[in-house]
Amino acid sequence: MKLVTGVIQPHRLDDVKSALEAAGVRGMTVSEASGYGRQKGHTEVYRGAEYTVDLVPKVRIEVLVSDADAPSIVDVVVGAAQTGKIGDGKVWTVPVDDVARVRTGEHGDAAL
Amino acid sequence: MELDTGATAWMLTSASLVLLMTPGLALFYGGMVRGKSVLNMMMMSFGAIAVTAVIYVLWGWSMSYGSDIGGIIGNPFDQFALQGAIYDEAGEFIIDGFGVPGIVGVGFQATFAIITVALISGAIADRVKFGTWMVFVALWVTFGYFPMAHMVWGGGLLSGDGPFASIAAPIDFAGGTVVHINAGVAALVLALVVGKRKGFGTEPMRPHNLTLVMLGAALLWFGWFGFNGGSAFTADGFAGLAWVNTTVATAAAVLGWLVVEKFRDGSATSLGAASGVVAGLVAITPAAGSVSPFGSIFVGVLAGVFSAFAVGLKYKLGYDDSLDVVGVHLVSGLWGTLAIGFLATETGLFYGGGVNQLAVQAIIAVVAMVFSAVVTYILAILLKATMGWRVSEEVEVNGIDLAVHGESAYEGLSSGSVIKEVRA
Repeated sequence: MKLVTGVIQPHRLDDVKSALEAAGVRGMTVSEASGYGRQKGHTEVYRGAEYTVDLVPKVRIEVLVSDADAPSIVDVVVGAAQTGKIGDGKVWTVPVDDVARVRTGEHGDAAL
Repeated sequence: MELDTGATAWMLTSASLVLLMTPGLALFYGGMVRGKSVLNMMMMSFGAIAVTAVIYVLWGWSMSYGSDIGGIIGNPFDQFALQGAIYDEAGEFIIDGFGVPGIVGVGFQATFAIITVALISGAIADRVKFGTWMVFVALWVTFGYFPMAHMVWGGGLLSGDGPFASIAAPIDFAGGTVVHINAGVAALVLALVVGKRKGFGTEPMRPHNLTLVMLGAALLWFGWFGFNGGSAFTADGFAGLAWVNTTVATAAAVLGWLVVEKFRDGSATSLGAASGVVAGLVAITPAAGSVSPFGSIFVGVLAGVFSAFAVGLKYKLGYDDSLDVVGVHLVSGLWGTLAIGFLATETGLFYGGGVNQLAVQAIIAVVAMVFSAVVTYILAILLKATMGWRVSEEVEVNGIDLAVHGESAYEGLSSGSVIKEVRA
């Protein structure tokens, strides 16, 4: 099993969710995140004092998938989140030892 | 003098409007500080109301408008606790020359003392002991505000009865010297004596809630109609002129500030608009009864421009006037006081009145600055040596609200709490 994590532009979330649902993904975790990559941040000015805000708001989306599905799910997220502009984000995959469904106690692929 | 019910109604309304300015100021200042110190900032304004209102009826009125001592103060014991200020010998309410009961005037003037000392708090945000502030309020209104009110409005040194009136009668309609120059200089002195916030100039200290700032600015503007309109002391054409001048100058100042921001910083900001409101209100305060609505445009737009540039001085000069009391109140207060010399329709330089009015306006401004600086410095040093001004560095960093008031403004700042005991 794999955990696919995407940190994406907030305004791309709806499209990514729709694309994942279309690809058969039935669950996901979405959270607000902030950070920066090559994009860096932006500046704000209050009474002439300039503040550089280097953490940019992003959305983190996490999906648990089987080993076989992982590469295609990464591609689905990339395809739906891409705008071609700097700050589009990253998608990565990490191995997962085990997953348990709380309601039934199932483990492994059955719990996905 | 017969009672004039219309004038009395307007003066009671004006007093209520001016009282509302200080809670408005609490919102204006509260939004500009960080979330961890908003309650302390607002408490400084509410504390100023509590202390000053009590002191005003005891000796404030008497020191401002009681029998003259040396042109500097009124005798505090002359009308202590308002004895002889409310009823005449027949037991009737004393009525002033405008047909308004004297007690209404007491209420109106008390609100001016309250807002003036509250203004100073913006210079020392986030870092002073609440107890020291409360004691400072009592001392400063006594030695800094009441004498100035007496000198300018109570027939003292800077009034039409003073020595400078031989040049021209000094004009301060609603408090350019007494309120804004006075508070602005006091703010500068306190900022220097108290010292900078930890991290000033290196850590971000952005306003935590600009909607509060906008709300506060709106309430200040609304209350200012009582401040300036009420300074006509009756409901007449002067009150109407002051109302219109207050609106026009303030609107022009917003435009002035925003234009500076757009060219200098790239954006016209809400904080700039709110600050422009206050700068315009400050500048028109002394001039509201002596300039035309057309002249008010110049008073306002230049106030906005001057103060928009002045707020950056603290970074260049290295003093931490946290919320720009100096840049807004001192600078625009000075400009408004001097602008009368140019733009007063009867005596101003641009209206063929010569330089006398300008000269006398400059004199009263300088005297006000020197007086305020000396008094405030003495009080600030005295309190530094006795009670101390600063909270500990730990308290300042963790947030003064929690340490000093035992509260936090927003739920997220004290999450994970459990209730232990309910005390009846």
